[in-house]
Amino acid sequence: MTQYIIRRFLVSIPTLFLISVIIFAVLALAPGDPLAQFALNPAIPNSTRVRIREQFGLDKPWYVRYYKWVGSLSQGDWGFSFSSKSPVIDLVYQRIPQTLQVVGLAYLIAILIAIPIGIISAVKQYSPFDQVATFLAFIGSSLPSFFTGLTLMLIFAIRFQWFPIVYSSTLEIVNWDTFVQQVRQMVLPVSVLVVQQTASLTRFMRASMLDNLPLDYVRTARAKGLADWTVVIKHVVVNSIIPVVTLIALGIPGIFAGAIITENLFRVNGLGQLLVTSIQNSDTPVVMALAFIFSILVVIFNLIADVLYGILDPRVKY
Amino acid sequence: MAVSQPVNEAVKQIADTLQKQPRTLWGDAWRRFRKHKMAMFGAVTLIFLVTTSIVGPLLWTVHRDALDFVNVMSSPYFSYPAENEPYCAEQAKLKAEMGEDPMANTMVDSMCIYHPLGSDELGRDMLARVLYGGRVSLSVGVSAMLIAVTIGSLVGAISGYMGGMIDEVLSFFTNLFLSLPTLPLLLLTVYLFRDSVTAVLGVEFGMFIIVVTMVGVLAWMQTARIVRSSFISLKQKEFVEAAVCIGVKQSNIMFRHILPNAISPIIVAATLEIGGAIISESTLSFLGIGFPPDTPTWGRLVTDGSQYLQTAPHLSLIPAGLIFLTVLSINFMGDGLRDALDPRSRL
Repeated sequence: MTQYIIRRFLVSIPTLFLISVIIFAVLALAPGDPLAQFALNPAIPNSTRVRIREQFGLDKPWYVRYYKWVGSLSQGDWGFSFSSKSPVIDLVYQRIPQTLQVVGLAYLIAILIAIPIGIISAVKQYSPFDQVATFLAFIGSSLPSFFTGLTLMLIFAIRFQWFPIVYSSTLEIVNWDTFVQQVRQMVLPVSVLVVQQTASLTRFMRASMLDNLPLDYVRTARAKGLADWTVVIKHVVVNSIIPVVTLIALGIPGIFAGAIITENLFRVNGLGQLLVTSIQNSDTPVVMALAFIFSILVVIFNLIADVLYGILDPRVKY
Repeated sequence: MAVSQPVNEAVKQIADTLQKQPRTLWGDAWRRFRKHKMAMFGAVTLIFLVTTSIVGPLLWTVHRDALDFVNVMSSPYFSYPAENEPYCAEQAKLKAEMGEDPMANTMVDSMCIYHPLGSDELGRDMLARVLYGGRVSLSVGVSAMLIAVTIGSLVGAISGYMGGMIDEVLSFFTNLFLSLPTLPLLLLTVYLFRDSVTAVLGVEFGMFIIVVTMVGVLAWMQTARIVRSSFISLKQKEFVEAAVCIGVKQSNIMFRHILPNAISPIIVAATLEIGGAIISESTLSFLGIGFPPDTPTWGRLVTDGSQYLQTAPHLSLIPAGLIFLTVLSINFMGDGLRDALDPRSRL
């Protein structure tokens, strides 16, 4: 097991290396000047511009820059943002709490809703409950998040005015009132993400349950006279949740990236919004760092999913 | 001894059935597909959406960029507004009375322009824009799917059929692409390359090419995996052995003998890919990094309209709803095709 984890970990290093090369090369070889915003400023003379380029190392070929980037990254230095002149890592740290709050809470709620629905749906297959749940899950997984977002905004923020339209990032929780305010502004972005995640998780859970229900061990459990729900909870669910747990782990990096739309729609100042604004500002160091962080998340959670599978399912041999 | 009437009938029926056309693979698939209610709903809706966006702009001749300052941000309605009715009835008379004043003439004309889906902040007709946007969004979806499926089938076929070292390398690349952060990378590449590509190929066509290419290049991995696994199981079948024996070229075995047998999962993956590509394109446009503002793709219309969500919600909800409807129909169809194209399913 330990050996397997170490081996998997070692394999992911070249993957991460290649991903970073690809992203870096795309950023460096792309036409367009990362210092375009300085070019627009007539107050900056040409000599200063050349000096800035030298200072950022932009006059060197891209592989030299890549070598330097890796070198400083290995010492924990992610570089400086062009537009805000602060270290990239500070910007990322500022944004992480918001993204984690909204995305994490949404994922948690989605899991709590999806698993029971999936179980009931599969146990009572073709019942009206199952048919409604499957249909809704199908619709939910086809809903683009901007459609859900705009509709919820229109109904609950504009028509009924229950929740604010825009997420206020400056809000600090100091007392009960501000806490309520925070909860209220989180409701809409979280629900958008919940709708999406619940839909796909329900389908996975149901399918996984249906794979296990006709198996022999279930019949054995029934034959020895266990109550229906004991069979389902203690035998079937425990077995069918294994692939779902790994899917949940695999989905985490995806929702970080997928939250980009929701964050932009509700102006949540999370990582996704930082990425979009940095791309629009040609803020290369921030974009590079974020894209690489997203890739690291994918690779790490792939590893976690594989390891989890091994821990949860003793039949898996390495 | 005369054979009794009922037996005669039965014999005739059996003979009739035997003489009927044999059931074919595709005939069976179609029969199963028709029984899938939601898939049929999806297919009909999709055909409707495709034909209206192809034929629509020819029939609905109001130009998508025509400004109409009299009817700005009007709501959808299905007849002329009551207060304009008399003007329109007497349009010709009014025009005659106003004489040759072009300004007054446009005013009168405008009052009688009818916007079934309302109009945007510049009075541009939403129906015309939505119809044109449908063309762009649907063709982006189909073209990106073609790219993704072509790359995916090639990679999957080669790595599944060849095996060994080639398979290792190609599988490593497939997994590498699966680890790439798709949406961020899509945003990034489209943003970085759009200026140079649009400078060469023109704003709209250049944007189309770059969006389609990037969406396709970042979406082939699922198809590759499906094709690879079906190739691995199919290459051990007897018909492949037979083909090898009579000396068929490797490329012919792969693409003439094995590929047609792996076509069903490819069709399903391709169908679902169209929906994914449409969502990707609209996401790009929604974040302001896709098509330029004057190209009304559905995603672009949603972004532009979302600023007026309070006063004119139809501006963003109609195109957003159309994206949803398209993707839903495609997913229903994919689901139905998956059942219909599986020869083992006996629906």
